Amino acid sequence: MSERPPALESLRAASVDALALEERAARLASRSIKRESKRAGLELTVACMDLTTLEGADTPGKVEAMCQRALHPDPEDPAIGAVAAVCVYPDLVGVAARALAGTPVKVASVAGAFPSGRSHREHRLAEIRQAVADGADEIDIVIDRGAFLAGRLTEVHDDVAAAKDACGDAHLKTILEVGELGSYDNIRLASMVAMAAGSDVIKTSTGKLSLSATPAIALCMAEAIRDHLDQTGAEVGLKLAGGVRTAKQALGYLSIIAETLGTAWLTPERFRFGASSLLNDVVLQLRFGASGRYARLDNLPVD
Amino acid sequence: MSHNEETPRKSGSNPAERFADYVPSIESRDIVSIRSRNGLLIDGAWVDAADGRTFTTVEPATGEALAEIALGGTEDVDRAVAAARHAYDSVWRDMPGAERARYLFRLARLLQDRAREFAVLETIDGGKPIRESRDIDIPLAAAHLFHHAGWADKLDLAVPGMRAAPLGVIGQITPWNFPLLMVAWKIAPALACGNTVVLKPAETTSLTTLLLGELTREAEFPPGVLNIVTGAGDTGAALAAHGGIDKVAFTGSTEVGKSIRRAVAGTPVRLTLELGGKGAHIVCDDAAMDQAIEGVVDGIFFNQGHVCCAGSRLLVQEGIADAFVDRLRDRIGRLRVGDPLDKNTDVGAINSAEQLARIVEHVEGARQEGCEVYQPPCALPERGWFHAPTIVTGVGGSERIAREEVFGPVLTVQTFRTEREAVDRANATRYGLSAGIWTEKGSRILWFANHLRAGVVWANTFNKFDPASPFGGVRESGFGREGGRQGLQEYLTLAPVR
Amino acid sequence: MSDGIEIRKTYKLFINGAFPRSESGRTEPVHGPDGRLLAHVAKASRKDLRDAVRAARAAQSGWARRTAYNRGQIIYRLAEMLESRRGELTHELTRTGVDGSVADQDVAGAIDAAVYWAGFADKLDILAGSVNPVAGPFLNVSATVPPGVCGLVAPARLEALVSMTSAAIMAGNTTVVLAGGDVILAAGTLGELVATSDVPPGVVNILTGIPADLHGWLADHEDVDLLDVSGVPDETRRDLETRAAENLKRVSATAGARDLSTALAFTEIRTVWHPARIAP
Repeated sequence: MSERPPALESLRAASVDALALEERAARLASRSIKRESKRAGLELTVACMDLTTLEGADTPGKVEAMCQRALHPDPEDPAIGAVAAVCVYPDLVGVAARALAGTPVKVASVAGAFPSGRSHREHRLAEIRQAVADGADEIDIVIDRGAFLAGRLTEVHDDVAAAKDACGDAHLKTILEVGELGSYDNIRLASMVAMAAGSDVIKTSTGKLSLSATPAIALCMAEAIRDHLDQTGAEVGLKLAGGVRTAKQALGYLSIIAETLGTAWLTPERFRFGASSLLNDVVLQLRFGASGRYARLDNLPVD
Repeated sequence: MSHNEETPRKSGSNPAERFADYVPSIESRDIVSIRSRNGLLIDGAWVDAADGRTFTTVEPATGEALAEIALGGTEDVDRAVAAARHAYDSVWRDMPGAERARYLFRLARLLQDRAREFAVLETIDGGKPIRESRDIDIPLAAAHLFHHAGWADKLDLAVPGMRAAPLGVIGQITPWNFPLLMVAWKIAPALACGNTVVLKPAETTSLTTLLLGELTREAEFPPGVLNIVTGAGDTGAALAAHGGIDKVAFTGSTEVGKSIRRAVAGTPVRLTLELGGKGAHIVCDDAAMDQAIEGVVDGIFFNQGHVCCAGSRLLVQEGIADAFVDRLRDRIGRLRVGDPLDKNTDVGAINSAEQLARIVEHVEGARQEGCEVYQPPCALPERGWFHAPTIVTGVGGSERIAREEVFGPVLTVQTFRTEREAVDRANATRYGLSAGIWTEKGSRILWFANHLRAGVVWANTFNKFDPASPFGGVRESGFGREGGRQGLQEYLTLAPVR
Repeated sequence: MSDGIEIRKTYKLFINGAFPRSESGRTEPVHGPDGRLLAHVAKASRKDLRDAVRAARAAQSGWARRTAYNRGQIIYRLAEMLESRRGELTHELTRTGVDGSVADQDVAGAIDAAVYWAGFADKLDILAGSVNPVAGPFLNVSATVPPGVCGLVAPARLEALVSMTSAAIMAGNTTVVLAGGDVILAAGTLGELVATSDVPPGVVNILTGIPADLHGWLADHEDVDLLDVSGVPDETRRDLETRAAENLKRVSATAGARDLSTALAFTEIRTVWHPARIAP
């Protein structure tokens, strides 16, 4: 972990024009995706999904049910493969790890005083270590938005770098909590700082705010990832969380990624949707595509 | 989409590729029915040309004939002008503005009702991507009608201290790049102000204009208020030189514009000319890079570059030039060139074989003058007229490609060191229609806006149009404005209220 | 004392703030109605016209960049100068044969016109510009810009001459003015008034002589942006307008009428689009 304040400050130089960004994102998100492309996109959406439950009322039973669903997104169509991961609170990592042992589905845990991130560093790091020890393959943390907005980029950077250290072999997904950053310029800057600190994935939101992933934010972060790749050669993934509820939205995001980062990014290793209700809509769409009849939501399992 | 069209799953291939290849998503042609023979609209009725001549309109994406259209001659122009004069004298001039407004509002609504049909027809006849005709051309055309309808009963408010009156009969000649939109730009203010119109649409793209003519019948416009005489250059020349009109409004090439200017010299006929351009698109080193790339791409590849205000000359600051051009090359590699009716097509068909030949000749000329020509690898459709997106570097500024309007998907790239140099290069042209500037510094935007010799300056955006916003050029890009209060004035005589 | 013998004034051209004789060495003899020689007025040649256009071009961007308020003050200064020389101007008109009361009115009108346009400068964009309510998140502003170098062929009336010139420079243009006939002497004096009114060199250039000899050169000149043909006989306008088509000069015939139409004839509209986020 090294101090690089001058380099971090230089990241401020690149800026984003809000309206033009939104215009481009809206256009990409409205590509007309039909037939074979739609089917492929829906399958990708499932394959890149972090099926998530992050509620105070979560229980082992709820998590076990979700893990079953993760393995069999559509119980009536075994051709639909498992989702990428399940995402739970740290205390339920053990439950999920046991339920998914021997399967390709990863266990992701939020950690580091999620969703606010407001706790002492040693407590946050200890939580990460414990989650990894309990079997988490991936750790989702939030950056210190207070430090970021106050201009203390080094502090944000070092915090993330320490989290990365604490992860060991687990992947670190760093949440920017875009809804609190106030501008695309800041979203871009936070993306660059989080990537410079060694994040494996940068992620939009905790899902706890009303403003989370939007097409423009996704595009802004994808462009930051592409620029980081150009500058350092490092491939960083993107996770969109919060607000992605329909298959149509998901396909729009896939177009944004495909036409910004290329199809190489449309894999579970580099791209994720963090979602809960999205899966059902995707399954309904897949069933419609296969049968030509509109499917019924109540026929899907409740997880 | 019907599930029967479902292609079998290619489980072997990579789903990311299968997704991103975007299987064709073709807008159905079923919504339009093209009449095989189309007449002139004179005095509210469809009639054949006096001498019975016709010409064929062709679909640019396939090269196949679409329909026969009456070829208007001098006699037809005479009849149309006479009908327009009669309608002017007998009904339209003295009709209360509020009533004229109702006809125009009605027409705007009818156009909105049938917007998709118009969009598909525009794309079939002209070759532009359906996304553009559907999302830009047709909605904007309706907006122009709607906006100007509201002016009809407020003309005395248009210019403070001046009483407004219509001019009389207006001869209007429209181009093939935005066929219906340019018709709306022309007829909406003319009719709102109480003038009557004889309209000559571009020969390669008459069909949506004729359909709009049919809508004026559905809207029960008084006969003769809007007359349409289809045909080619000779028809337009006959209209522009006709002794019975009070104003000519022309959008098209600078060359033809000058000939019209000469034709009305020494007469009281008023004139609005919206002509060619060679717009500079300036990108400063502090610009928001990705958005500037999109702006530049949109600036030149929108509508295949068949845009008089296209940003056809990129001027990029030296410090970022290499990186910018690299990214631009990469970006145009992602443009989808092909079937204009495919909803995912970014760059459609070149409007005519002649235009394609002109573009190819320009690009060849650039090569011969030592410029470097880049075209991304992209498969063009085998039939129809298409041209790959093209970037020309190694341009000094004196080459033909840097001075003349190509009117195609061809961008030249030059660099600059200082703002002053950028402005000097931008202004070193006989044209003066549009310019674009990308910088994050507000004061720099205003400095450029003050120094660029252009009728429209887009800052951190490009190719935006609105009925409330005056559009038009300086220098040899023409004179007069279309849109806004200033555009309205072009169709009024103003006398001081004493 | 030799006050019985008049000191005659040498009437010269006014180009780029200086008073040259014609480079051609030609003069135009001007006689009174009684046949008495009044002056050999410098007669501008096509090369003088070329020099005048060059001076006007060089002065144009700087003049346009002055504030409207400043341009207005300078034109008002011109009105003051006209007023202070009212008698002389009237005398110059009557000497060339203009009826006394007509001359009085003409000079008074010229002064009124200068005052009118002085007060117009900082109203122009209020009256002709606009903020346009476009259907999108943009600030859309239309403001006037001057076409550039205006060639003015003035009718032989001082009021029209002063009004056209004032209106054109009010809007930020620079001018090359052709003047002859009954105003030929007054036009020579007008240059002196312009020169003492803080009008920068090149903004107003006055070429006396025979306008009909030069207006074709003005219509052809590629570096002239606008041609006002108010003083051109009807039968010649077609030829001039045809020639003006070559570089699409704007052509007007304002005759210096004091109203918004004249102001608009000397302006063009530039529209600027700028993103403006309405919602956060």
